[in-house]
Amino acid sequence: MKTILGYLRPHAPRVAVGVTVKFTAAVLELLLPLLLAHIIDGCVPAQDLPGVFQAGGLMLAMAFGAAFCNITANRMAAWVSMDMTRQLRRDLYERTLLLSQAQLDRFTVSSIVSRLTNDTYNVHQMFDKIQRGGIRAPMLVLGGLTLTFFQAPPLALVQLAVCSATFFAIWLVTRQGIPRYTRAQESVDTMVRILRENAAGVRVVKALACQERERDRFAAASRASREAEEAAGGIMAAANPLSDFLLNLGLVLVVLAGALLVDRGRLASGQIVAFLSYFALIQTATLGLAKLFVKYSKGVASARRIEEVLLAPEDQKVRPVGGGSLPGPELGMENASFSYLGVEKDLDGASFLLKKGQSLGILGPTGAGKTTLVSLLLRLYDADGGVVWVGGRDVATLGREALRGRFGAVFQNEALLNDSVYENISFLRDLSREAVTAAARTAQAWEFIEKLPGGLDARLDIRGANLSGGQRQRLLIARALAARPGILILDSADSALDYRTAAALHAAVRRDFPGVTLVVISERVASLREADRILVLEEGRLTAQGTHEELLETCGRYRRMAELQMGGLK
Amino acid sequence: MKKHVLTRLGRFLRPYGLPFLLLLVLLMAGNLLSLAAPLLSGRAMDAVGIRAGGVDFPGVFRNCAGMLGCYALSSLLNYVVSSRLIRTAQAVSHDLRKAAFDHMSELPVDYFDTHPAGDLISRVCYDVDTVNATLSTDLLQLGTSVFTVAGSFLMLLILSPRLTLVFLVTVPLSAALTRFQMKRIHPLFRLRSKELGALNGFAEERMGCRRSIRTYGVEEADLRLFDARNGAASQAYYDADRASAALGPSVNFINNISLTAVSVFGALLYLGGGLSLGSLSSFVLYSRKFSGPIREAANLLAELQASAAAAERVLDLLDEEPEAADPPEALLVKHLEGDIRFDRVTFGYDPARPVLRNFTAHIPAGSLAAVVGPTGAGKTTLVSLLLRFYRPQSGTITVDGIPLDTYSRDGLRRRLALVLQDTWLFGGTIAENIAYGAPGARREQIVEAAKAARIHRFISSLPQGYDTVLTGEVVSKGQKQLLAIARCLLTDADVVILDEATSNVDTETEGEISLAMEQLRQGRTCFVIAHRLATIRGADLILVLDQGGAAESGTHRELLAAGGVYAQLYAAQFQP
Repeated sequence: MKTILGYLRPHAPRVAVGVTVKFTAAVLELLLPLLLAHIIDGCVPAQDLPGVFQAGGLMLAMAFGAAFCNITANRMAAWVSMDMTRQLRRDLYERTLLLSQAQLDRFTVSSIVSRLTNDTYNVHQMFDKIQRGGIRAPMLVLGGLTLTFFQAPPLALVQLAVCSATFFAIWLVTRQGIPRYTRAQESVDTMVRILRENAAGVRVVKALACQERERDRFAAASRASREAEEAAGGIMAAANPLSDFLLNLGLVLVVLAGALLVDRGRLASGQIVAFLSYFALIQTATLGLAKLFVKYSKGVASARRIEEVLLAPEDQKVRPVGGGSLPGPELGMENASFSYLGVEKDLDGASFLLKKGQSLGILGPTGAGKTTLVSLLLRLYDADGGVVWVGGRDVATLGREALRGRFGAVFQNEALLNDSVYENISFLRDLSREAVTAAARTAQAWEFIEKLPGGLDARLDIRGANLSGGQRQRLLIARALAARPGILILDSADSALDYRTAAALHAAVRRDFPGVTLVVISERVASLREADRILVLEEGRLTAQGTHEELLETCGRYRRMAELQMGGLK
Repeated sequence: MKKHVLTRLGRFLRPYGLPFLLLLVLLMAGNLLSLAAPLLSGRAMDAVGIRAGGVDFPGVFRNCAGMLGCYALSSLLNYVVSSRLIRTAQAVSHDLRKAAFDHMSELPVDYFDTHPAGDLISRVCYDVDTVNATLSTDLLQLGTSVFTVAGSFLMLLILSPRLTLVFLVTVPLSAALTRFQMKRIHPLFRLRSKELGALNGFAEERMGCRRSIRTYGVEEADLRLFDARNGAASQAYYDADRASAALGPSVNFINNISLTAVSVFGALLYLGGGLSLGSLSSFVLYSRKFSGPIREAANLLAELQASAAAAERVLDLLDEEPEAADPPEALLVKHLEGDIRFDRVTFGYDPARPVLRNFTAHIPAGSLAAVVGPTGAGKTTLVSLLLRFYRPQSGTITVDGIPLDTYSRDGLRRRLALVLQDTWLFGGTIAENIAYGAPGARREQIVEAAKAARIHRFISSLPQGYDTVLTGEVVSKGQKQLLAIARCLLTDADVVILDEATSNVDTETEGEISLAMEQLRQGRTCFVIAHRLATIRGADLILVLDQGGAAESGTHRELLAAGGVYAQLYAAQFQP
């Protein structure tokens, strides 16, 4: 909670003013009945007509003042909670941008989306409701308590004890409620996940005619959410009746204590009556408090979930550069190992070196660790052991800044944006239209972009759904090329391309990017054969490396692959 | 003009009408009890008396016990009402969410191409939650308020009908003022919900391309875009709040004015001899009873507005046009022969730019047909049409001589097994994912399928094996394709569609699973889209798509001999 409360600090003066204004409004509204009493008990019996009008006018002015103050205070509260939430949501989003891939995997994207949306909303509600409704009721209770202290201290002591018990009871209830709301929010994560899966996988779900199963799955998630909310709500529903009962119990105790004191002659019974009527008035103010407790516990539960992300430690430290070490290879690994789950090694002792401007091909069966290798080069993950070299330096000494702009990379399963073709290629880098066009040409994408209505400005559907698989892939390749990176990584970038287009693509990359250091992962030997060095990966291990010709000689697997694909022609 | 939101929401509230009513009765009972308590406290005070030593303790105790009982019972009732209300509201929310999702699953596929997932999430989570808050807590408060106000008003009418005239002016005045403001505010709340949905849509999309953002180092630019949307959403939120900030206080203001008017006119009436002092003071007392509940109720107005806007967004989703329902006479088949015929089919996602033009082809039952062609030639479109994701603009597609539209949509889809270009796994366990198209498959069958798809070894290497829950980056695209093939192997479909099913699988593995694929094809019509021509060579029929039509068709041998597009494509495979 501390971190979230920190967002209140810059607004402290505003909150203070807002609370004061709200306080003024409450005071004005409390004074109104006093004037009323003055008219009835003072002016009327005295037949004081001008007095009636005077008091009436004053009442009118106060009513106006109260309305004005309330509106102002509400607006100020709304502004403060809006601005705090805006800042909080921004910081949360910024933090998620800096999360490492491993952290992102752990939190899951669905949960992050849910925290960004639902949890920030809950925190917003909490701040707003407490500012608006959290002033009047406590103020009345505390104020009432103070006033009654002057009237009848012993009775006030009784009520003070009961009030403390009430606060304690509320604290207990809220404490029980918060973990239950945390669970409720977690169940929202599940719903978010299913919704995302169904939006992205709608074609498969429909093709398999499995809508019914998906509905059941969602219904189960929704039911779980309902149950979690009911459990939390069931606890929180006790807050109001419980505090109500305790305060009322106080009144009964006041009567009893009062009776004792009157009996001993230490108190006039009129004081008890005054005390009771005062407190009954105060109690009506607590009517809306129940909702406040709900918003509060829900808000705290959500705030903690947000803090979890905000306070996630930086797990990819940038190591200082060791002095005097010679520059390493442009790209390479030395005995690098990595495991996603910490059980089996997904990459096991990989070593290879690549000079600037050379090209690397990676071949291997499905799940051999090709993408893992590339992820380590990009520092999406940090190697568990060994060294990864990029641009002559240990990648562990390169921070985000240092890595920026070095790479162009095409990933598998990457989605296009619901934006223009230009923006999909330029990808937030504000590249010139010429650069984007040139990249599109190299990527063999220009021919179809040209034909789209609007060309570069044509708008893509979500995930680029209005393009074919091969067209989407070529846009991603153009994106990788557009900023003319020093190192280009194509991870199965030609899997959806026909052979002619793929061949044209590889030729164009060689032609237009002569000095680029190239890493190509492909299932197609044809796409790799030109590489200066080809790695053959099997179950996380580098089993062979060399040129196409060398591997044909030395590596049985490679030769088999080549023969299978080339139809035994070579 | 759309119907009022309450009318539209009616079908979700109606099933709970009785519980709501019951709760309202209990609520009144609770309120009556808490009104009775002050009566008892008065009696207790009488028992206390005014003399020292003269306190009637038994009387005090008796009445105090009564008070305690009243309070306890009223609190208990209160608890029951509010906790039951929470349950009822949750039941309504669950129904709403379920209805929204159920409807979503009936929407045509292109709905999801144009509506961001984040916005859908926002409707199903945030908007429903807003409605829920109103049902579970606001209604309770509103009920209490209405009850108190109505009771007090009745008392006023009895005390002095003439003074009540004041309310005849102020009540309609505040009603009109509220109505006027609500009209102005309503679009603002709609905008708020919409902007929040847009923000969520943006965040959801961007969370999905984190690797690219990181690789290109464009975090700052992305954050700036987020800022803009976050700013717009926050501003819309504030605008609605700001405009509605006056809602409660203005109602309250008029209430205070009427209080003033009552005192002044009351005083005048008394001075004119039209009212007794006692009546006046009671009248004023009851008018004061008004103000508390009215203030509480007025403060709810803004939230009711937010809920109405939120409910509308959920209901709008429910109004989206679903895929046309099966006609009652739709054909539900248990088995297809698999004779597929495309007859002069023309189709374009944008009708002005057809992808397929007068496409004609015949795939005999039990044959293996391969579709090749450059990317963007419409290969996947053929599959989409066969699956009835879209309807051709002209021409017909028949299966076993019967037009596609005649079949029950899901019935037809169940007879087709397919592995799509973009494989899809849901966040369940691996076993659940493999058995997805075949609920009730036994574990041995699942393992069998996984073995045939050459993915068993990988699965076994995972710590939880087949019970591993799929998240994050554990599974590569090639592995996903193998899982999809395993999934396909488990179904008993009659037509198999493989759209680039092994594009990310290495050749060797592909060779290894060819036996399984062979089995899969056995006695079934098979429709294969592939670039790797080695996989295509054995096809009975090769359709070469180019420029929206079938450029050529025939067997591998025939097409090579013809020396057309296919021959060129084939040659490209072996050129460096």
